Amino acid sequence: MRYLFRRSLACLIAIGLVLAAAGCSSRSADQTVVRFWAMGREGEVVVELIPEFERTHPAIRVEVQQLPWSAAHEKLLTAFAGDATPDVCQLGNTWIPEFVALHALEPLDHEVAGSQAIDRRDYFEGIWDTNVVDGKLYGVPWYVDTRLLFYRRDLLAQAGFAAPPRSWIEWQQMLAAIKERAGPDRYSILLPLNEFEPLLVLALQQDEPLLRDDGRFGNFESPGFRRTLQFYVEMFRRGWAPPLTNADVSNVWSEFARGYFSFYVTGPWNIGEFKRRLPPERQESWMTAALPGPEGPGASIAGGSSLVVFGTSRVKAAAWEWIEYLSRPDVQRRFHDLTGDLPPRRSTWTEGRLADDAYARAFREQLERVKPAPKVPEWERIANELRLVAERMVHGELSVDEATRELDARADRILEKRRWLLARRGGP
Amino acid sequence: MRRSRAAWWFVGPALAVIGVFFFLPVLAALALSITDFDIYALADLRNLRLVGLRNYVELLQTPLFWHALGNTLYFVVAGVPLSIAASLGAALLLHSRAARFKAFFRTALFAPVVTTLVASAVVWRYLFNARYGWLNYALGGIGIPPIDWLGDPRWAMPAIIVFAVWKNFGYNMIILLAGLQAIPVELYEAARIDGASFGRQFRYVTLPMLSPMLLMVGILTVAGYFQLFAEPYVMTQGGPLQSTVSVLYLMYEEGFKWWNLGSASAVAFVLFLLIFAVTAVQLRWMRRSVA
Repeated sequence: MRYLFRRSLACLIAIGLVLAAAGCSSRSADQTVVRFWAMGREGEVVVELIPEFERTHPAIRVEVQQLPWSAAHEKLLTAFAGDATPDVCQLGNTWIPEFVALHALEPLDHEVAGSQAIDRRDYFEGIWDTNVVDGKLYGVPWYVDTRLLFYRRDLLAQAGFAAPPRSWIEWQQMLAAIKERAGPDRYSILLPLNEFEPLLVLALQQDEPLLRDDGRFGNFESPGFRRTLQFYVEMFRRGWAPPLTNADVSNVWSEFARGYFSFYVTGPWNIGEFKRRLPPERQESWMTAALPGPEGPGASIAGGSSLVVFGTSRVKAAAWEWIEYLSRPDVQRRFHDLTGDLPPRRSTWTEGRLADDAYARAFREQLERVKPAPKVPEWERIANELRLVAERMVHGELSVDEATRELDARADRILEKRRWLLARRGGP
Repeated sequence: MRRSRAAWWFVGPALAVIGVFFFLPVLAALALSITDFDIYALADLRNLRLVGLRNYVELLQTPLFWHALGNTLYFVVAGVPLSIAASLGAALLLHSRAARFKAFFRTALFAPVVTTLVASAVVWRYLFNARYGWLNYALGGIGIPPIDWLGDPRWAMPAIIVFAVWKNFGYNMIILLAGLQAIPVELYEAARIDGASFGRQFRYVTLPMLSPMLLMVGILTVAGYFQLFAEPYVMTQGGPLQSTVSVLYLMYEEGFKWWNLGSASAVAFVLFLLIFAVTAVQLRWMRRSVA
């Protein structure tokens, strides 16, 4: 009885092993598997681009795992700590310096130099630059994100202006004129206090960098940043912007349709949202415009996501082929049709739906003038402090000078470890 | 001798579980809190520095920590009595002989406890909305000007407290209801025969008989309310002007948003000591009042 049981058990195990071996060999002998992690909507949609890739690359199979944006950062760090990173990943380009500091990413300079499909001169300069850390390239831009003006054409025209502003002075004149007509219960512009981006894009328009000495110290007491902060806080002090967060404006789109505010600094995803959510009678009355700068057209932030290869990947060649495929202009055009994401290559913009989209035109113009945020792993935390200090300033708790001093103090504290690491690397 | 050994065998599994899942992590957190573990250390352990008590010293010098502690104490001091009063009131109403449809109301009042916090927070955000919310609409009906509940730093914490009390009172209500039902009816009969009014019955029969339950509920609620996190996380993200940042929220941001696990562990430890101290005081008070 016992003997029989053992024998049948051994049999079962043997069968299992054979099956497992067969299962493995049928996959791994002739096919390379590329594990690809993507976030949010992009993760859902990219699945539709795979069949075409696998048809033209029969030796490669792509496995997609979708991560929600809210959990992505944590999940990637956990995967890194547990040696379970994927081969290719979509990475928000402000996260790249952090993963470079972790030595998690594979430099891609060599691949790009030898690539037929990827021509770096075709990419918007500022967007490409976000992927370069300490002179090495760690990612290829997948789609771009930047901030600019969404505005009510009709309200601007009623205030006596035919075209959107090109400089800060013009902008201020329009904000004042709109507020005058709008009365005490309505405003000229919405700058949500829970976002750091509107202030950050205005700060990037100045010539001085936001951090100095290779990211060792904050540079917020510079004259340029002070000018930006002054300009920003004035919009609240003069009653042009309400001191609100996005949560207080329960529905941004319906408020925009109602004329609660006329200007809104936001990003490309809102093109689709505005088209979908604004009532039909308002569809003719809104437009997008590139950001005005201190003197003439200004810069904005170079945001978006890149495709990166992790250093631990064993199938880097196949991973690179997948990235090259996703970077092809025709594939990027399809990707845009599926998601509304804006492509990072100029040649992708010349044809298809994107070329005819009036609302995208301002983005096309703005993308020639985008700058990366400071490329240190601590930046997101500093940007958050930027938001918190600006919020206190808007509520009248700090003056502009006090705010710049406070920001430098906070940034220097956050950068302490970076200074220690750089000093140790430079020392004996 | 043999009996005590047998006892150890019985206690052993529980002790092992507590050791592995409680004492070990606590010790690890204590060890972590004297380092500056961050993403640089995650990349290479040589980037880890032993910093002794620096995390604690810096924490105690950070204005935001004191601010968060103040917010948390505000939440506990205002929220716990309100919460227990609401629970007791609801339990008394449900226990009263005049109440109809008891099973229905018991379920309805308990429902907030079992609904997901995120879903109810979304609804409450609409109720609190400064321009369209029902709450301001109702206040407007009695002539009170609208309040910017979640946007005004003075009102955000009261709004969170109202939400938390609504969300949690049902749990204590069930416990107190069980306590009320355990009070012998004869005591009330005797009190009535003696001519005691309803208020006096409550003061001299209900409260003393319920006091062990009330103290237990108090201890659990205080410990729970000190760990305020989810409500501000979903309602206000700590804003406006960080008026709803609690100690635990600070720890979460420090640890899981900025990945400074060293200083986050220090925050956790300070909070642990704080709750421990408050609970110890409560227990001593309870022992004295029962004795």
